[in-house]
Amino acid sequence: MEHIVIIGNGISGVTLARHIRKLSDKKITIVSTETDYFFSRTALMYIYMGHMKFEHTQPYENWFWKKNRIELRKAYVNQIDTDNKSLKFADGESLNYDKLVIATGSKPNKFGWPGQDLEGVMGLYHKQDLETLETHAPDNKACERAVIVGGGLIGIELAEMLNSRKIPVTFLVRESSFWNGVLPESESEMINKHIKNHHIDLRLSTNLKEIKSDTNGKVKSVIIEETGEELACNVVGLTAGVSPNIDFIKDSKIETGRGIKVNRFLETNIKDVFAIGDCAEQHEPIGNRRPIEAVWYTGRMMGETLAQTLCGNRIEYKPGHWFNSAKFLDIEYQTYGWVFGKKGRPDYEQHFHWKHPKEDICITVAFHKESKKFLGINTFGIRMRHEIFDKWLTEKRDVDYVMSYLKDANFDPEFYKAYENDILSQYNTEFNTNLTAHKKSWKRIFSKA
Amino acid sequence: MKAIKHIGLVIFLIGLAIFTALPVLGTFNLNEGDFDNIVIGQNIKSEVFINDIKSNIVGKDFNGMQSLSPKISKALDNANKTHTTNKEWDKKIYTKSSDMSAMIGKKSANGFIADNKGLMWLLTFGLGIIGALMFILPNLILLGKKGIKNDGIYHESATNRGWIGWMVFIFLVSFYLVLYFASEYATNWTLLVDPISEALSGNPAGHWFVYGFMYCVVMTVMAVRMYIKYRHNIYQVFRTTSVLFFQIVFAFIIPEIMVRLQMPYYDFKNAFPLDYDFFFQWNLKALIDNGGIGIFILVWGIVLTLVIVPIMVYFFGKRWYCSWVCGCGGLAETLGDPYRQHSDKSLFAWKIERYLIHTVLLFVVVMTAMTLYSFFSETGTVLGIKTSTVQSIYSLVIGSIFAGVIGTGFYPIFGNRVWCRFGCPLAAYLGFVQRFKSRFRITTNGGQCISCGNCSTYCEQGIDVRAYAQKGENIIRSSCVGCGICSAVCPRGVLKLENGPEEGRINPTEILLGNDVDLMDFVNKK
Repeated sequence: MEHIVIIGNGISGVTLARHIRKLSDKKITIVSTETDYFFSRTALMYIYMGHMKFEHTQPYENWFWKKNRIELRKAYVNQIDTDNKSLKFADGESLNYDKLVIATGSKPNKFGWPGQDLEGVMGLYHKQDLETLETHAPDNKACERAVIVGGGLIGIELAEMLNSRKIPVTFLVRESSFWNGVLPESESEMINKHIKNHHIDLRLSTNLKEIKSDTNGKVKSVIIEETGEELACNVVGLTAGVSPNIDFIKDSKIETGRGIKVNRFLETNIKDVFAIGDCAEQHEPIGNRRPIEAVWYTGRMMGETLAQTLCGNRIEYKPGHWFNSAKFLDIEYQTYGWVFGKKGRPDYEQHFHWKHPKEDICITVAFHKESKKFLGINTFGIRMRHEIFDKWLTEKRDVDYVMSYLKDANFDPEFYKAYENDILSQYNTEFNTNLTAHKKSWKRIFSKA
Repeated sequence: MKAIKHIGLVIFLIGLAIFTALPVLGTFNLNEGDFDNIVIGQNIKSEVFINDIKSNIVGKDFNGMQSLSPKISKALDNANKTHTTNKEWDKKIYTKSSDMSAMIGKKSANGFIADNKGLMWLLTFGLGIIGALMFILPNLILLGKKGIKNDGIYHESATNRGWIGWMVFIFLVSFYLVLYFASEYATNWTLLVDPISEALSGNPAGHWFVYGFMYCVVMTVMAVRMYIKYRHNIYQVFRTTSVLFFQIVFAFIIPEIMVRLQMPYYDFKNAFPLDYDFFFQWNLKALIDNGGIGIFILVWGIVLTLVIVPIMVYFFGKRWYCSWVCGCGGLAETLGDPYRQHSDKSLFAWKIERYLIHTVLLFVVVMTAMTLYSFFSETGTVLGIKTSTVQSIYSLVIGSIFAGVIGTGFYPIFGNRVWCRFGCPLAAYLGFVQRFKSRFRITTNGGQCISCGNCSTYCEQGIDVRAYAQKGENIIRSSCVGCGICSAVCPRGVLKLENGPEEGRINPTEILLGNDVDLMDFVNKK
């Protein structure tokens, strides 16, 4: 019986294992050093905030693995010997494989800041990071201030977490506006305000110079690059992005760049060795996607795809239209297709932006200047139907069509106030069109592209 | 603001303490005239009992029900024993001793509590309401901007099965035990609401009136909490308003007014088989004897269960009843909301759920069949089994212990829908319709789920919502009551309760939307 060994029990590795089991009778072993069982790391924040317990973040009950004959091995892989198809564990044992899949995810970036390894400095990625946070920031007496470095999705989650325990937060963001490398200006501006409204001390265009230590090797303060200001704090959160967690394979023959280099079939340079999820790096980016995509669902999709390959149906990894979602404190964000921020926006991309006069609700629709082809949409505070936008992107609809059928796409809970008419009337005014809104139609919603 | 909350809590606890102490307080003195009326009213023929009461109780002062009630039940037991020995069957008294004590207690209550009903109402209900509102209303500001407010739920003793949770559990269970099995101890409570009962139906209050009134009060106060907590979510606001309306108007006011108008007491929204005694002989007789309105109720009750309920479930899912109309659901969604996370999501619990709830449904159907057979054939037994025995067992085990003591008492431990999930036969019936013939579903939004588990954690019915959402499948479950909280707590906008075409409602998926189209087609079509 072929033995498939998966290193990493995150969403990629576990999805892969589940799908291999559906398709075959192969022997499957998942190796992880982080936790005994798969959990959803996207939910770590909710444990700290008291919305959930750790057990709630585990999507499968503990009996699931045995029942599905997925062996779990809690061990740290020190070395991969691809010649002998064998793994060496830190505890001295070894494990042979027939096929090896590396799905070890990411680790928080550290950019060589002085003091970045002090006690009280942490990222927010692993379960252990949460335990560290609980030790150093149980409440606002033990932690009188926390400084977060890096204005991305994890940074704002960490800010929300600390805020929930009333720990004062200073949020250092390198960019001139929150996440404006991704979000268009006015959306980014709205999030800036929202963050400040939650009494988070948001410092834009601000970099970290160094982290200072007290006499016990614990964080005492941070120094800000631009002003030289010293901020006293007990915890520093480093959330300036993540990079592939692949240090342990640097000595092996597996080719790496920033991540583990893979082709479209998720194969590495070594036969029978594959990489999926955050740690995999495509030789060539797929469409507008980055070569390394540290996104929950891409990990899952690679797992779904590779399972086919490993079970005899060799297929390429072909992600469909880009989509994503996030939550900025109380504001939900969804995106379908591509909407670029100021940075990297192609010349042909034009935007239509609508914002609610009072509430933190807005949308940005991107389309091609000349052809009017719909390119993508960002929505804040309005939920949209994935199926519909996926279909419209496949059908290459133009922006007028999208605007007039927007009601089909609304996914807000029942009785919510709908804004499609307001949105359309602003669109009509701005672009001198005379479009009328079409009523929601189940028939259209369920029709396939 | 915090100070107001704390003061409110203290006031609430004072009101609660007085309320809790009332069953063992108060003075009682039965006068002969009142007792004679009871004897006539109850058609008591046992001279043993009458003499016993007259010599040992009438005209004497008793402090607290605990000194009066044992004497009455002893008198009752002795009398029945004597008559059994002497084979004087017509003299035996079949009234339960706690009912007899409650009846006598109510007539003989005197002293401070009986003389100051208004004041005592203020010191119990009044302080409770004011205190609770002072505790709840500051949240409007303290909770900050609108949004999901679940911070600290698993850090608080009250909502994390800590000692406060266990205290609430003990209180609720004790309260239901008094209500169902020792109603004489509710005598003082009935005094508090006498003026309200008299204003509505013209009669003094019994312990069920106390319960009904309290139910409305608790739901109203806790609805305020819901309005504040979910003020960003209009679905929750509407739903809360709806259950509150149906409880106060349909379950509480209309039946009382009907009694005043010499009509049968009837809750028009309480559908069989939740209303399990609807077809009991005494009810059918009462309805038929009542002429026009009685017949109307009889027809309405049958049409409600056989036609209205399933049709509405077809169009809107069982939520229209369970979380928009039903009284049990109403309490669960207001008083029970802080405990919704305690429902067990394991596969094992789901198994137990299916066995239990369908057994109860089967039980009620068989019991009703026996009841109707007995009614039309005018026999007391079916296949040698006494119909009344089956009815008593159901009333005790399901009607009282399961629905009341466990159903509500266990809120802080097993979550707020224990009865609705494991026991309610109406829910089981609606569940069949919802599962097999309905337009309702919770739609999963393509591939957006991040498996965080908020939906499953806060599902009061113990549905592992995430198990479906993370596979891109719609949630079609017979137990879903459509409370909408999974959709509310989802941080990524993945879930939407909606009614749509039946086709494509159930959508088993292996590969989620967003991946390679060919692969999705290849795998999902199988």
